[in-house]
Amino acid sequence: MKRILLVALLAAGCSTAPQAPKSHEVTLATHDSFVVKQEVLDEFQRTSGITVKQLASGDAGELTNKLVLTKGNPIGDVAFGVDSTFASRALQEGVFAEYKSPEDDKGAQRYKADDSGKLHAVDIGDVCLNIDPGALAGNEPKSYEDLTDPKYKDKLVVENPATSSPGLAFLFGTIAKFGENGWQDYWTKLKANGVKVVSGWEEAYNQEFSGSAGKGPRPIVVSYASSPSAEEGRTKALLDTCFRQVEYAGVLNGAKNAEDARKVVDFLLGEKFQAQVAEQMYVYPSREGVALPESWAKSAPLPEKPQTLPADKVRDKREEWVEQWRKLVQG
Amino acid sequence: MAWSAAALLPLGFLAVFFAWPVLAIITLGLREGGLDTALTSSDTWDLVAFTLGQAAASTLIAVVAGLPVAFVLARCRIRGLGLIRAAVMVPFVLPTVVVGLAFRAFWPDGGVVPIVLANAFFNVAVVARTVGGLWAHTDRRAEDAARALGASRPRAFLNVVLPALMPAIGSAAAVVFLFCATSFGVVLILGGARYRTLETEIYLRTVELFDLSGAAALSLLQFTAVLAVLLLGGLARRRRETALQLRGREELARKPVGGEWAVVGVAAAVVVALFTPVVGLVLKSLSTRDGWSLAGYRALASTGDRGTLAVSGLDAALNSLRTATDATAIALVVGVFSAFVLIGLKRSGGRLAEALDTALMLPIGVSAVTVGFGYLVTMDALPGDFRTSPMLVPLAQALVVTPLVVRMVLPVLRSVDERLRQAAATLGASPARVWVEVDLPIVGRSLVAAAGFGFVVALGEFGATSFLARSDAPTLPIVIARLMSRPGALNSQMAYAACALLMVVTIACVLLIERLRVPSGEEF
Amino acid sequence: MLRVSNITVRYGQTVAVAGVDLSVANGEVVALLGPSGCGKSTLLRTIAGLETPASGSVCWDSLDMGSVPVHKRGFGIVFQDGQLFPHRDVFGNVAFGLRMQGVSRGDRAERISELLKLVGLDGYEHRKVTQLSGGEQQRVALARALAPRPRLLLLDEPLSALDRELRDQLADDLARLLRSSGTTAILVTHDHDEARRIADRVVTMRKGRVTS
Repeated sequence: MKRILLVALLAAGCSTAPQAPKSHEVTLATHDSFVVKQEVLDEFQRTSGITVKQLASGDAGELTNKLVLTKGNPIGDVAFGVDSTFASRALQEGVFAEYKSPEDDKGAQRYKADDSGKLHAVDIGDVCLNIDPGALAGNEPKSYEDLTDPKYKDKLVVENPATSSPGLAFLFGTIAKFGENGWQDYWTKLKANGVKVVSGWEEAYNQEFSGSAGKGPRPIVVSYASSPSAEEGRTKALLDTCFRQVEYAGVLNGAKNAEDARKVVDFLLGEKFQAQVAEQMYVYPSREGVALPESWAKSAPLPEKPQTLPADKVRDKREEWVEQWRKLVQG
Repeated sequence: MAWSAAALLPLGFLAVFFAWPVLAIITLGLREGGLDTALTSSDTWDLVAFTLGQAAASTLIAVVAGLPVAFVLARCRIRGLGLIRAAVMVPFVLPTVVVGLAFRAFWPDGGVVPIVLANAFFNVAVVARTVGGLWAHTDRRAEDAARALGASRPRAFLNVVLPALMPAIGSAAAVVFLFCATSFGVVLILGGARYRTLETEIYLRTVELFDLSGAAALSLLQFTAVLAVLLLGGLARRRRETALQLRGREELARKPVGGEWAVVGVAAAVVVALFTPVVGLVLKSLSTRDGWSLAGYRALASTGDRGTLAVSGLDAALNSLRTATDATAIALVVGVFSAFVLIGLKRSGGRLAEALDTALMLPIGVSAVTVGFGYLVTMDALPGDFRTSPMLVPLAQALVVTPLVVRMVLPVLRSVDERLRQAAATLGASPARVWVEVDLPIVGRSLVAAAGFGFVVALGEFGATSFLARSDAPTLPIVIARLMSRPGALNSQMAYAACALLMVVTIACVLLIERLRVPSGEEF
Repeated sequence: MLRVSNITVRYGQTVAVAGVDLSVANGEVVALLGPSGCGKSTLLRTIAGLETPASGSVCWDSLDMGSVPVHKRGFGIVFQDGQLFPHRDVFGNVAFGLRMQGVSRGDRAERISELLKLVGLDGYEHRKVTQLSGGEQQRVALARALAPRPRLLLLDEPLSALDRELRDQLADDLARLLRSSGTTAILVTHDHDEARRIADRVVTMRKGRVTS
């Protein structure tokens, strides 16, 4: 018992000591979709001497909430995966520390969350309608409005915005498109046209969508702009129905190893890491001049004019919109 | 007094790894107020009603479907029974997302019926194994006596057998009820957005809406509801518990005769029903757009289509085995200790026995997300910042497994005639020696069963594990869920192949564990 | 010798044994006779240390047993229905008390075969107890209780679960056995005939009191 106490005291002593810890270990708190090519990570560890310990679980929402709950004594030194719909909450709670990265102005600045310099845009993952052209036989929709056409009755499956992050992004897209007072009307029409709501992306894409391996009954689904790259040209994304989601990284306030954490942010924004995000995480690099994999250029180009909503608006209205949507579509 | 001191081990474990984190996160939420808003909303009460209602219906179905299987496992001498005994555990480990999708294939619009059936599907094994364990050792003579007195077979069952099995049925039902009341993935997938339970709502409020106060209020409600059910269950158990003459299984098992074949038939139907979704997913693991293929299985040695995973499927399987072993070991120590303490406390007539009995069940009835977030705000106070320790995963799993160990061991322990222990005492055995010489060997078989069961529960545990597992050491269920959340035919095929691997691992482990014999005392 | 003085046992409000005095001399076999519910079994269990008396004392050779736990009293007991250890064979059951006393392996085997001969179960060492008949089970229970040479043997209706013919035969065996081994014993029974056959002295009990 005494021994444990002694160790605990020593540990506590270490963490309050002013100089950086001897071991260059950085803990990266992230969500469970974070993947990095092993060679790329190894090379970073070799050249910088920094070991990255990954702490990954849950989705962007869970990650943000974890960071907020532990802001006094963070679980890591650097975080990746807080996205544009959750960014303002993390910023408001003071989760992140300021850092001016030399890599910030290589393209990431185009997607910045605010001017505080705390969050650094790493990648873009737009949520768009995906279609199965084979099943639609040349009768392809182009826009949000098309979906209310009786031609597409019982063809669309979407995720519940209360339980699914692409579902929520799609709802935000319709709000951005039709305005705070117009989206309800649009959804009423979608409902009349037989939209099917399921709770998660897995059911929507793997089971209901006709273009996936599940060969379901519905040819139109809410998924990602990048999804067609995995389907060998059988599906495509409707680029006029996209909502932009940006994923950020940042140094955590109170990080035990802030100095090395900053280098990890530089790494995430750097050429080597950016070059492999498309293949590893199905997202688009934030850095300019990074080539996409060949198949993407054809089947999954980055949408040019996606819908967006101001971050603080999302923070303030999220619950209210979801509640309204629930009553409207399911009531 | 010695008993009260011994109670400190299980209570201490519960206090540190359950009560403290849960209370911490709930108080954190309640500090923001909002309890009265939640309690006065009719929405909340609808949630409570639906949660308890679906759990009760699922429990009923699981018990009705589980009893014939329990009969066959306990009383019949049929070829290949060992395999069936292991195979009925399979549904328990399947990730909810996979089972949810399988049920959606039959009920594309979801609804209450598939929710209830899917919950029952997961839990038939709990009933079959818990009840079967006691049934295997219940003297057949009382039943024969009733038959000799002119009772028909069903009548003898209702009047003699059922009351004797009641402690085990009560135990199993309580566990199943808790699992169903807190089932998450099934309700989410099959409930669409129409049907919600306290569990799914707590998750949404905590994780997606940052409404900690609302989540705390609902957690308190969940806590209260679970406690109420446990206390009711405890009352029912107390009234029914009697000492039984325990016998060896070999003498009791025989070839089914006459009407017993009908029961065997029903049991077979239940097993077939359990395996329909299982066969479905094995087929999925083998089929591609271009016909049959083993690509999914080959991919298990890799990290998925374009490296979806941080480790290969096989590494994840090894991780699963390691974690489940640790969790089971912890749970067996705490669980057996608790069971003995409960028996001891009960003998000395303490109120503490009931309190501890109930407290031990609570971890199953509380949302994994509540516990997980609780860990985040408390565990940094333990040496070495326990929040990110790899030990937290087996500890959290042990929290769920411990109540199962207690529930499986306790009915057998309680059914040991007190005079058997007294006989040992008059022959010169001290109380500690009586445990070792009498209780432990008698409870041996159910202990082995509990270990097997606990291991399987730990293998399949998803809620707490997904929250705590580090990405460099995921378990198979985590890997499966991960693969399912990615586009691409190979990922999906690999997910189903990983399910098949999980099933094979499960059956192999159960068969292996059940080969173990408790060293002291021969098999009886 | 055993001396029970003014023993009272209560279960909540009900008084099971009310101020009983009883002495048993060394080598004496006493039968406690009475209808069911008269408190005779409770008295027996109290002597064994399985019940705690509300007042009174149990003494062995002037030593008060009140603070001596069951397993250190050296009193053996045979229950109505044997209560054999189901996970041990006949040998294991009879060996139990000897193991607790730390008797060596070789001495144990010798003593057990001697005892089994005594109760008429010669060669039954490795039978499963769950496969024995009721009479055989009681004989094993008796051998088990006698094995560690208890200074006092307590027999709680040891024959009442058996059928008449078997009971008569076992009663005679029991009487002979107790005599030949010189065991001090108390036999609880509700059968006059059995009491007279086995015991040197019969004490009757009624409503928690000794009536003769």
